[in-house]
Amino acid sequence: MSVEVPRQEAEEPTGDGAQPLVEIEHLKVFFPIKEGVFIDREVARVHAVNDVTLSVAEGETVGLVGESGCGKTTMSRTIMRLIDSTEGTIQFRGEDITTAGRRELAPLRRQMQMVFQDPFASLNPRKRVVQIIGQPLRLHGTPRDEVEDRVRDLLRLVGLHPEHLNRFPHEFSGGQRQRIGVARALALEPRLIVLDEPVSALDVSVQAQIINLLDDLQDEFRLTYLFVAHDLSVVRHVSDRIAVMYLGKLMEVSPAEELYTKPIHPYTSALLAAIPIPDPERNRRRERIVVSGEPPNPINPPSGCVFHPRCPRATEVCREVEPPLVRYPNGHLAACHHPLNVSTEEIGAATRDETSPLSCGDEMPSAA
Amino acid sequence: MSVPEAATGAPRPAGDEHLLSVHDLRVAFATEEGVVQAVDGVSFELAAGEVLAVVGESGSGKSVTAMTLMGLTRSPNASFEGTAHYKGTELIEASEDQLRRVRGAEIAMIFQDPMTSLNPVLKIGRQIIEQIQEHEALPDRQARERAIELLDKVGIPRARDRLDSYPHEFSGGMRQRVMIALALSCDPSILIADEPTTALDVTIQAQILQRIRELRDETGAAVILVTHDLGVVADIADRIAVMYSGRIVEQGTLDEIFYDPQHPYTWGLLGSITRVDQPRPERLPAIAGLPPSLADRPEGCHFRPRCPHEFAKCIEVPPLEGRVDSRRGHLDRCWLSPEQKRELREVRPGEIGLDPKAGATSR
Repeated sequence: MSVEVPRQEAEEPTGDGAQPLVEIEHLKVFFPIKEGVFIDREVARVHAVNDVTLSVAEGETVGLVGESGCGKTTMSRTIMRLIDSTEGTIQFRGEDITTAGRRELAPLRRQMQMVFQDPFASLNPRKRVVQIIGQPLRLHGTPRDEVEDRVRDLLRLVGLHPEHLNRFPHEFSGGQRQRIGVARALALEPRLIVLDEPVSALDVSVQAQIINLLDDLQDEFRLTYLFVAHDLSVVRHVSDRIAVMYLGKLMEVSPAEELYTKPIHPYTSALLAAIPIPDPERNRRRERIVVSGEPPNPINPPSGCVFHPRCPRATEVCREVEPPLVRYPNGHLAACHHPLNVSTEEIGAATRDETSPLSCGDEMPSAA
Repeated sequence: MSVPEAATGAPRPAGDEHLLSVHDLRVAFATEEGVVQAVDGVSFELAAGEVLAVVGESGSGKSVTAMTLMGLTRSPNASFEGTAHYKGTELIEASEDQLRRVRGAEIAMIFQDPMTSLNPVLKIGRQIIEQIQEHEALPDRQARERAIELLDKVGIPRARDRLDSYPHEFSGGMRQRVMIALALSCDPSILIADEPTTALDVTIQAQILQRIRELRDETGAAVILVTHDLGVVADIADRIAVMYSGRIVEQGTLDEIFYDPQHPYTWGLLGSITRVDQPRPERLPAIAGLPPSLADRPEGCHFRPRCPHEFAKCIEVPPLEGRVDSRRGHLDRCWLSPEQKRELREVRPGEIGLDPKAGATSR
């Protein structure tokens, strides 16, 4: 995406006018399904990421939200070049890395790191903390005698005792392990950290600690985050912008707070309505819209708008024409023929965004 | 949405109509690192048709409590104290034979992970029919009809065809529905649901919760919901027991816990939830520190080392008792006076949480 998205809130001055750090254009990731005994014949494809255009500015936090199977994890790993893309381009600081080889990627690995969901599976149980966090340092040429000091600093930074560097992962709780994962990601002073559900395996009270830690680290090191999550409540506390994905496509991209006060896509609205509110009184008064059904199979995505089989507002046009991403005030994008929470004037003034998938139609949304 | 009257704050009448009454339950496991007291004196009652939520973090003893009622924690290294009376049967001391009659038919359980709790090599129908016939001598054809009825009831489309599917052909949400159908197959009077929606997506979670609510209304079964998610609790529970480090630290009706919480741990839990219905705070209020190791717990109040309001008295174990005069059913384990609590729990006007900057208070 080449157009700078204006941010609604002024509280995060870091993002304004900043260069895009990561830009992906019309990214597609398809996984072939093969059959056959001697010759592998491709019989179908899983459309994991299906024409997504998105950019993340330096210092910004973009939340990437969707249900399981929507392609959010595939997309984040493709950006990290852990999965090869089928079509489209990925740029990191203006450099095209879509097909970069191992050798070309090596210096870039310093700048992009990842924190994984499961703090139990993502740390080698046979290695001590000093080895786990020190490994990236050694690989990238930190002298052996400096590694230990650096690990101590990193442990202190993420709120662990520096003297614990000789312990094994099993001696730590889930939250502490996630801190180790964060320390490992920080070791090489990256610019971008992809956080794949970093708190969903943790207890509530510990979740808040990790989110606050990530917040502090971002301020201190001017980090850029791509925060992948399955629900909208956690990303709200970290994101500047939020992208909602469904079945491999972007449904809505919005300034963070606006997504909660003014969701435009019916899918976003359904996701919000499904989150239980920890307030009994409000729950009793709340009108409950439960979306029926489950996400369809990404091998054969539905025609037109991919959400139409579950959408309460779907009409004929939704079944036939894929809606373009439409730009509303504040740089709020939504791909829907029947948008919510926008006035007739806003619909009239809306424009087709250039980040729209190539396969979508030209129909602009109509006022309801 | 229909709200059961109990949720509106009226305490259920006490008396002999308790379906289940657990008294001073203690469960300990001998491990290499010493004795782990997983459950440390838990008492509660459950009335028919009531949804009791047991809330706590990992290691709080909530799942062990639930599993002990079903006799699922019995092992050579486990020791039990206390009683759990269900309709004249004492579950803790009961023989395996007695338990087998209770399990499934009287008390049924839904587990967290629908991926691993079904047998992957048996068809769904076979698994449900087997359970029905275990407790009731029904001919195959009738048991099959009953199974279809059950799948239909939990919202599985084309139930007749799906009977011949294997678990791997179902999505996570559908498998959890099958688990609920299995649990309901013998019309139990208590349904224990251990984190039933944790592994599911939010839209599917909403569907499952609605289904549990409807089934409770239809069948009148009592539900013990074990969860860490206060949002889910607010959606479905009548009463709540908050557990911390093996003990119930606070117990009361849904509204009492949410609008007049007495224990600092409850404040922390309520305060640290990420919410979508309120303006986003600058920083999330977090409970400092970590839950204690079960093998090495602090003396006195277990929450003491993490509590910003700790004072001298906290070295003694506070009993679980009613400290708010007006309501006898609202119990907590905290030495602070109700007045102090009311003052201390307000982080910002109208907001409940733990202020990490607040110092220790004295009486």
